[in-house]
Amino acid sequence: MIVNLRRHVSFSRIVLIVFLSAIGLFMLLPIIFLFNHAFKPLNELFLFPPTILVKEPTLRNFEQLLLHSSAGLVPFTRYLFNSVLIAAISVAAVILGSTMAGYVLSKHRFHFKTAIMAAIMISLMFAPETVQIPRYLVISGLGMTNTYFAHVLPFIASPVAVFLMKQFIDQIPESLTEAAKLDGASEMYIFMRIMIPLTAPAVATVSIITFQAVYLDVEASTLYMKKETMKTLAYYVTALTANVPGVSGTSIAAAVGLLMFLPNLIMFLIFQRKMIQTMLHSGVK
Amino acid sequence: MEPVPHIESVTSSKASVKPDSPRYIRRMRQFLRECWRDRLSYLFLAPFLLCFALFIIVPVVMAALLSVTTFNGFEFPRFIGFKHFINMLTQDVVFMKYTLPNTLKFAIIVGPGGYILSFIFAWLIHQLPKNIRDYFTLALYAPSMVGGVALSVVWAAAFSGDRVGYLNNILLRLGLIDSPHLWLQDPKYLMSIMILVTLWTSMGVGFLAMLGGLQTVNTELYEAGRIDGIKNSLQEVYYITIPSMKPQMLFSGVMAIVGTLKAGAISTQLTGLTITPQYAGHLITNHIDDYAFLRYEWGYASALSVVLLVMSYGLMRLIYLLFGTRGDE
Repeated sequence: MIVNLRRHVSFSRIVLIVFLSAIGLFMLLPIIFLFNHAFKPLNELFLFPPTILVKEPTLRNFEQLLLHSSAGLVPFTRYLFNSVLIAAISVAAVILGSTMAGYVLSKHRFHFKTAIMAAIMISLMFAPETVQIPRYLVISGLGMTNTYFAHVLPFIASPVAVFLMKQFIDQIPESLTEAAKLDGASEMYIFMRIMIPLTAPAVATVSIITFQAVYLDVEASTLYMKKETMKTLAYYVTALTANVPGVSGTSIAAAVGLLMFLPNLIMFLIFQRKMIQTMLHSGVK
Repeated sequence: MEPVPHIESVTSSKASVKPDSPRYIRRMRQFLRECWRDRLSYLFLAPFLLCFALFIIVPVVMAALLSVTTFNGFEFPRFIGFKHFINMLTQDVVFMKYTLPNTLKFAIIVGPGGYILSFIFAWLIHQLPKNIRDYFTLALYAPSMVGGVALSVVWAAAFSGDRVGYLNNILLRLGLIDSPHLWLQDPKYLMSIMILVTLWTSMGVGFLAMLGGLQTVNTELYEAGRIDGIKNSLQEVYYITIPSMKPQMLFSGVMAIVGTLKAGAISTQLTGLTITPQYAGHLITNHIDDYAFLRYEWGYASALSVVLLVMSYGLMRLIYLLFGTRGDE
């Protein structure tokens, strides 16, 4: 195909680039809007006809956000702290859990392995939202309401993460672990010193997917947390945009929309290449 | 069987199993010994498997059990058989008239639509020189990263019902409409807008998987194909590209199903209402939320989730059928 393109030189390629740029701009338009919206002063937020780009950028919206939340019972920083803490713990726990599970499922042989793989494959396609009620019953039955456990533990049960990890480890040659074993390396050593470094791209991918899911999740805060101090930023933001009407609502929503998007974007920018590298091995057979 | 004897049987030699003991006991011992030998594997699996069992397997089984009971969250569930499923088909007007057709329409357009779009864009991006690919990948992947809030800020502004809304504003200036339309409140348009917005966010993990898959295609195959009489790139895609990246196509197919069937929240985010006007954007997930968290009829809500689970399983079998038959290894 590369040869093909080179033959009828750059014309088709230019058309392609122009076409894709147009599509790309359309896809990015709402995001560009989001960025500009957050910095618009009040008069521009309600401008007629509305503009996409900001003319006189201001930080007032963010100020408003902080002011509004400090007036409430729970300060904004508490939600932020919860979100950061939960995201950090979840990502770390998912990475560790899925790498361990993926390594074992890929390289070890034991009873029930096929059954476990089959369960993972089937659960890949559920949206966990479908079983919210029994999940709630399980969590309250275990006495985990209003604890960080209820925020973190459901995410560790991530079939996608384990699946991606297992597929990635599948392509690491068996001979590598065999050789290490012959040299007298223990399982722990093989896992820590050989598997962890080699799975770096998959780890990056899993952490992005998990971070995205955790950071934007409102389910845990809505269903399992009754105390306001245990809820996350995503929940606060959703409640805020739904409940604060009028002028101040719009400016706060604009600021907060950007705040929710930015960490995801940064994560993806850093790990983009690694992510596609992982996807090379993401196939279902 | 107590744990003590079989630990002994591992440490001691095989001879400790008496040859005259019945066969099933020997089998059992053998099995347990193998399990014990693999204890490290199970230990590695434990953190994931425990959570998996607690938060996925147990809830699914419980949903299935609750679906044949009536349960309001306070009293103990009472068994009523398949009444819920019968009611669903015969009594629940909203379900038959709005939820099911809406879900089917939404799934049929957004599922394959988003899937095909992901493939087309991934393929087009793959044709670009390597150094600029990343920018386009980012541009197309970005929408799937924005959460619900961004969705409601941006798209609610675009389709807002007053003169200031972007769409109204443009159409008014072009003279296509005389008065502003209430896009998000009008049952006629809500569904189409939901489909559009969901398609916009559909270039997610599946899209990345396809991009990865395209890189795995052996480029020598194209040369070989040309010798065998492939003329244009459309044939190339059909006969070489897609069969070569079948595993990734399957994976992103599975991801597309999940994305489509769980996309109920979008109507709420766009309109700000739990129940959309005249049930125009009512999907099966909204229906579950309605019965679970507004009416507290958890038994019926569980029956609905079971239907949803069966639907997604059926769709997955279909995808396997579509991509599994072509070019079997």
